[in-house]
Amino acid sequence: METDQLIRTLAADNAHRARPVSLVLALALVAAAPVSVAIFLAGLGVRPDVMTAMHNPFFDLKFAVTLALAISAIAISLHLARPEASLRGWAWLLLIPAGLLVGGIASEMMLPQRLPMMTRLVGSNSRVCLTAIPLMSLPLLAAALFGLRHGAPARPAVAGAIAGLLSAGLAATLYASHCTDDSPLFVTTWYTIATALVTAIGALAGSKLLRY
Amino acid sequence: MREREDEWTGLMRSAMSGDSAAYHRLLKSVTPVLRAAARRGLARAGQPVDQSEDIVQDILLAVHLKRHTWDANAPFAPWLFAIARNKLIDALRRRGRRIFVNIDDFAETLPSEPAAETLPASEIAARLQSLPARQREILQSIAVEAASIKDTAAKFAMSEGAVRVALHRGLASLTAKLREP
Repeated sequence: METDQLIRTLAADNAHRARPVSLVLALALVAAAPVSVAIFLAGLGVRPDVMTAMHNPFFDLKFAVTLALAISAIAISLHLARPEASLRGWAWLLLIPAGLLVGGIASEMMLPQRLPMMTRLVGSNSRVCLTAIPLMSLPLLAAALFGLRHGAPARPAVAGAIAGLLSAGLAATLYASHCTDDSPLFVTTWYTIATALVTAIGALAGSKLLRY
Repeated sequence: MREREDEWTGLMRSAMSGDSAAYHRLLKSVTPVLRAAARRGLARAGQPVDQSEDIVQDILLAVHLKRHTWDANAPFAPWLFAIARNKLIDALRRRGRRIFVNIDDFAETLPSEPAAETLPASEIAARLQSLPARQREILQSIAVEAASIKDTAAKFAMSEGAVRVALHRGLASLTAKLREP
């Protein structure tokens, strides 16, 4: 086919309007969320003392951190879905969840604690945390990658990594309502390791799937 | 240069609001620039420049299928050159050479007319053969015979809507075929 013929064909298809990437990403995440919730309900469930736990600011902080991570990553991934976009000017958004964690650790340090620091850090759920967060992330990660494929990311691995952060943030939000370890030291250690794992999977999958 | 790029942005805005003639003009206007950059990229990678037309067509297809990622408030040229750069790197990589393409290659490029030594593009033609028969016939009717959507619909006894859908699917799978290893 000659280039002029191709151009004519493309112009004939001008009426076709693709959905915005944001809409496709949102729909995909909404479709995948029930799968992650089902995994959560089948394997974990909300902790029994949730009504009391809600009065503990460190319990609430977990949700602030995981949601801040998810929302920042959604904003960054939508930006990165454009071909001319780079992380510059956007990566700082990820400092919000990190800053919340640092603030949480600092406040906990200033309060009297019943348990020694190492005990709070090691907690009692680290293995569940490292399994459940990645597992519940996977459906959301698949959805995020599907949504971003609709865009044109310049750096597929970076966009995939951000998709990993996004899905880990959402999965960790679910997990946080199950886990009885509320110390910011626990969250900083184990949630971060779980998130890093999902981010690595996202980067790897993204480098294969997000090329356009 | 600046004038040309402002003109592109204006044409793309018209195209996005439904003006197919503006879209046609825009694609015609960017093609020589893309061709020159593709030739330069191939030359720099030590590849024969006569394959530039395949790269140009890949860029045009990507521009078409990803144009919803263009922000109508932003200038068109940086978006176009980002896609072109991506496709050029991709093409060179598939030809077995890792190469870094400077975005200035595009911005500073002067239009180049198709030279006698440019081979006709063969990749898209080959991919066309693997499409479902009806999609292929519709694409060929519009591309080669320059038939309108309306005439094509009449020829195949289809609705215009169905022709539009098949046309878009056909174009989309031309790119999907490329992505397969």
